[in-house]
Amino acid sequence: MSDEKRIDAETGTETTGHQWDGIEELNTPLPRWWLWTFYATTVWGVIYTILFPAWPMISGATAGALGWSSRGEVAAEIERVDLSRADLMESLVTVDLGVLDRNEDLHRFAVQAGRSVFAANCSQCHGAGAAGVQAAGYPNLLDDDWLWGGTIRDIATTVRHGIRNEDDPDARWSQMPAFGEFWTDDEIAATVEHVRALGGLEHDPDLAVVGAELFYDNCASCHGDEGTGDREIGAPNLTDAIWLYGGDREALDRTIRHARFGVMPPWGARLGEAQVRAVAAYVHGLGGGEEEAMIGDEVEAGPDVPDASFPASAEETPREAGEPPVAPVAD
Amino acid sequence: MTDAPQLFAAREPIFPRRVSGTFRRLKWAILWITLGIYYVTPWVRWDRGPNLPDQAVLVDLANRRFYFFWIEIWPHEFYFVAGLLIMAGLGLFLFTSALGRVWCGYSCPQTVWTDLFLWVERRFEGDRNARIRLQKAPWSVRKARLRLTKWGAWLLIALATGGAWVFYFADAPNLLRELATGTAPPVAYVTMAVLTATTFTLGGFLREQVCIYMCPWPRIQGAMMDPGTLTVGYRDWRGEPRGKGGVKRQRAAAHAVGGGEARARYGAAASKDVAAPRTSRDGEVLGDCIDCMACVAVCPMGIDIREGQQMECITCALCIDACDEVMARIGRPRGLIDYLALDDHPPTLPGEHAAVRPMGTAAAGAPVETIPVDGAPAPAPNAAPRPAVTVPELRDWTPKPLWKHVLRPRTLVYTTLWALIGIGLLVALFVRPEIDMTVAPVRNPTFVTLSDGSVRNAYDVRLRNKHGEERPFLFSLAAPGALSIALEGEEGLAAPVPADSTRLQRVYVTAAPGDPAALGGRTPVRLWVEDALSGERAHGDTVFNGRGELR
Ligand code: SF4
Ligand code: SF4
Repeated sequence: MSDEKRIDAETGTETTGHQWDGIEELNTPLPRWWLWTFYATTVWGVIYTILFPAWPMISGATAGALGWSSRGEVAAEIERVDLSRADLMESLVTVDLGVLDRNEDLHRFAVQAGRSVFAANCSQCHGAGAAGVQAAGYPNLLDDDWLWGGTIRDIATTVRHGIRNEDDPDARWSQMPAFGEFWTDDEIAATVEHVRALGGLEHDPDLAVVGAELFYDNCASCHGDEGTGDREIGAPNLTDAIWLYGGDREALDRTIRHARFGVMPPWGARLGEAQVRAVAAYVHGLGGGEEEAMIGDEVEAGPDVPDASFPASAEETPREAGEPPVAPVAD
Repeated sequence: MTDAPQLFAAREPIFPRRVSGTFRRLKWAILWITLGIYYVTPWVRWDRGPNLPDQAVLVDLANRRFYFFWIEIWPHEFYFVAGLLIMAGLGLFLFTSALGRVWCGYSCPQTVWTDLFLWVERRFEGDRNARIRLQKAPWSVRKARLRLTKWGAWLLIALATGGAWVFYFADAPNLLRELATGTAPPVAYVTMAVLTATTFTLGGFLREQVCIYMCPWPRIQGAMMDPGTLTVGYRDWRGEPRGKGGVKRQRAAAHAVGGGEARARYGAAASKDVAAPRTSRDGEVLGDCIDCMACVAVCPMGIDIREGQQMECITCALCIDACDEVMARIGRPRGLIDYLALDDHPPTLPGEHAAVRPMGTAAAGAPVETIPVDGAPAPAPNAAPRPAVTVPELRDWTPKPLWKHVLRPRTLVYTTLWALIGIGLLVALFVRPEIDMTVAPVRNPTFVTLSDGSVRNAYDVRLRNKHGEERPFLFSLAAPGALSIALEGEEGLAAPVPADSTRLQRVYVTAAPGDPAALGGRTPVRLWVEDALSGERAHGDTVFNGRGELR
């Protein structure tokens, strides 16, 4: 590399004086418009930092003359969505839950909203997939077995007031006695065998006969003579294949000896009616939901079905049935 | 510091002269065709039925659909667009390796719009000399009027350019109405404003600066050319030494020498009656270039092609037209400037640019004088004299025919690849189903035990209906054992999918209590859907998870 500048004969341009293996570098001038573009972008950069949040300060950054913020933008977007969904929201709060699924849009809206509500509030106990936790007695919401009823209306009531809590006077309530306090171990073991027999599980028939008598005297008032349970008081059906706390001898022994006392907080005040109904619609649609029995001409001339629908503008029309582009937001 | 190098240079304005000829006509044709396609396409209507847009070519960004006549592309079929892009890339490789920068010279929007703007410029301000005069003249009412009308016309074209663009993204007649009444979405106005501004400045003022400084393509293309590639070039061996000759003397020489020397100069391709070489006043032998600068005057890039291949040259071929005109006038064969390849050069020895046999020297094999072709000043007197070299017989040299440049292994490979991808895309286009499904098993939890002891699995099935009307999709199940199927939220096994939409449907498959599938591990199952109207079927394979009690 030599540092000898000279004028290149072919082009008449000065060289930079640098050369590599005989290849010399021309000092070709940059176009002037490039320079002006550079100045223009610089000026634009300065203006931009004045208009928008930019300069870091000790706490935070300059706010920018336009007052723009990404938070504000999100808030405005949420507000826009809320506004566009206002009548759906209102219909959801007022609709008779027995006919919710007759308005497809409204039902879809409720289910989608409920998905978010569930993920944020319910999944901690019932699991993200709503399969519950048997060891802790959190019911599986996917199956067709319901302690307190499986219509949207029933589920909404459960969500609104909760179960066996002191906070809501309307909470669903019942309590099983702890039979360990007045039964002997043998009596408990015999009842376990009878309950297993009721559920169609392998059992000791001799003991079960003894247990059956105990069952009629002590348990049938709630669980029914056949052990089919009673939804009015949340007494589980003992004849089906689903065991809230487990159907093995150890779990049944614990249940009878110490009783169980599953608690669910009331959500009505915390979530508001719309979200309560939304989450009920969501849970109802997980595979086990029950239809409300309609009587006589109620089927025809049932309660009013609101005609709220998704906003029709192109941006907001869900092209994918079942998936609105913007899920309603929990507040 | 007076001789300090200039760091920045102002643009030298270029005033390309009007020219006519084969390539100019070809370029006009391409210009009107491409511009025509660009402006007219969004207005072409295409009936797709009541629920779908009736615009032949439409990019529907909001709904993520691309319509092209009878073809409709969904986002999951983006591979079509990828395939087309690959084909476009290969097509450019092909054309560049065969014909150099033809893309630049004929069809690049920058070239096309600059050409159009130049045409407007000539309409208002006259041809090259008039425009140079106008540029030099001080500002006057006339100059201001000419400039303003020219800019006005440019602005209208620019506006139409930006305007046409937005019509590709929305229903054109509707959008035009909205634009006219000021109710169009802001993004339409912004897009139009940006495109109008860029068209106006790039086509009107920056022109060749775009090609030289902004566009990466010249560099890429330069790397893709090889010595066999056809490109616009100057036959230095024929044109040099350039100079204005004495016409009379030349005629006389032609009589004296006849076709023999012409053969020496043009090679075997020369016809008999081509005139003999020209001579200068001092009797020096001259090449065909009369140094009229016509090729420079017409060049939109402002370069002199006689200096050899240059990065600036967009191979617009206008200099060929200009030079052919001159050659016709002086009675020489056309093609002093022409499409040629570097390996087309007549045989010379290494290290020599060109060698021309001076008139009257001895037959082949004799030493000849060499002439540098780059137009640089003659070598300084103290420079070492160039060695005399021997030129093989030019008389017997014929340039390679054009087709040999175009059909080479390299171009054939590109063509084959290009065609294969094209065929692949076409086949994919015709076999792709109008209905489609994908199955995703729900894994949280993998199965649910129901109260009667049966075991249920859930699947999220995405159904696609590309028809322009709602279609009922009938579900069925192909699986061993007593498995049954049900749909969430639907009474039977039919799920209606709205026109041109997808639908997410949860599907339940249940194994009866005690069924091997209920107790076992994983059982393969296949879900079928059938379009109840057309009978088209699609399926998705998945597994059924049992309780895992059997091993
Ligand atoms: S160099 Fe110029 S003509 Fe060639 S592709 Fe780029 S912009 Fe177009
Ligand atoms: S030298 Fe100029 S006129 Fe000739 S082809 Fe190149 S760009 Fe066009």
